[in-house]
Amino acid sequence: MLTIAGVELGSRLVMGTGGAPSLLALENALVASGTELTTVAMRRVAPPGPGAAAGDTSMWGLLERLGIRALPNTAGCFSVREAVLTAQLAREACGTDWVKLEVIADDVTLLPEPLGLVEAAEELVRDGFTVLPYCGDDPIVARRLEDVGCAAVMPLGAPIGSGLGILNPRNIEAIAAAASVPVILDAGIGTASDAALAMELGCDGVLLATAVTRAADPERMARAMRLAVEAGHAAAGAGRIPRRERALASSSPEGRLDLAL
Amino acid sequence: MAETLPAPHALVNGEPFPLDAPVPLTDLVARLVPGCVVDGVPQGVAVALDDAVVPRGAWGATTVGPGARVEVVTAVQGG
Repeated sequence: MLTIAGVELGSRLVMGTGGAPSLLALENALVASGTELTTVAMRRVAPPGPGAAAGDTSMWGLLERLGIRALPNTAGCFSVREAVLTAQLAREACGTDWVKLEVIADDVTLLPEPLGLVEAAEELVRDGFTVLPYCGDDPIVARRLEDVGCAAVMPLGAPIGSGLGILNPRNIEAIAAAASVPVILDAGIGTASDAALAMELGCDGVLLATAVTRAADPERMARAMRLAVEAGHAAAGAGRIPRRERALASSSPEGRLDLAL
Repeated sequence: MAETLPAPHALVNGEPFPLDAPVPLTDLVARLVPGCVVDGVPQGVAVALDDAVVPRGAWGATTVGPGARVEVVTAVQGG
């Protein structure tokens, strides 16, 4: 059970929805993932007019129907002001004060801008939001975000959409060991073993989108991710064996045959 | 040749929206997103008027006049 800001979630896998080939494929993947928390982006409704469909709120309807809690994000925001206004709009539109806060440095790296992120987080916390910031893998930035009252911290494993896995496992482990709020590995996951590793490093959850939505078979990958997160969490709790430099026999040498061969 | 003055309009999601007289925000949203109106209340959308969020409860009492900038947003796939 993952508890964020006092809310219990039955799954430690948080899903993103970007990049899905169709709404139906997305729905099947969300169901297969077992997720109970899923990100959405805020965008202008389509303008009505000849040939243009009227405003489409189908993404909103899908999450309502599946009973999945929406986690609006501030994707595409490059400044504190943009991110704060987008979060406020999301609160109105989605009826939730939860926000995945993104303040992005530039549209090439898509890396979080740490100074603006902390400033926006502080402002939104003061405004009553439950803030889940998408941050770099710097343990000190994670600490600052916790200090200003974030309900979780969400360090990246690797750049958004890269599928490179966890580039700095030591930092992720350090963030997880130091944090007193949930740590959710966000971005960079490529395949199931990456998600399992995040959990083994001590993360409380994993957020991923592209790894599932752009997989050849999104539904099957969603199931793989669900199992990987469960397996990694179980392994982390089970206490792995220490690493050794040399082999250690698992069969006892006692009672071994003494053959004159 | 006399210049043609542009017809009075507001900017709604960055596009000119013809507007002769101020209209309640609720009416504007309902015209923009007719599919999301349940029991007369639009669901799943939010509105900013001149860069400030207008809470749902204030839509009826808020009017949009020519020259206003309105953003109407909803949740879409992303993140």
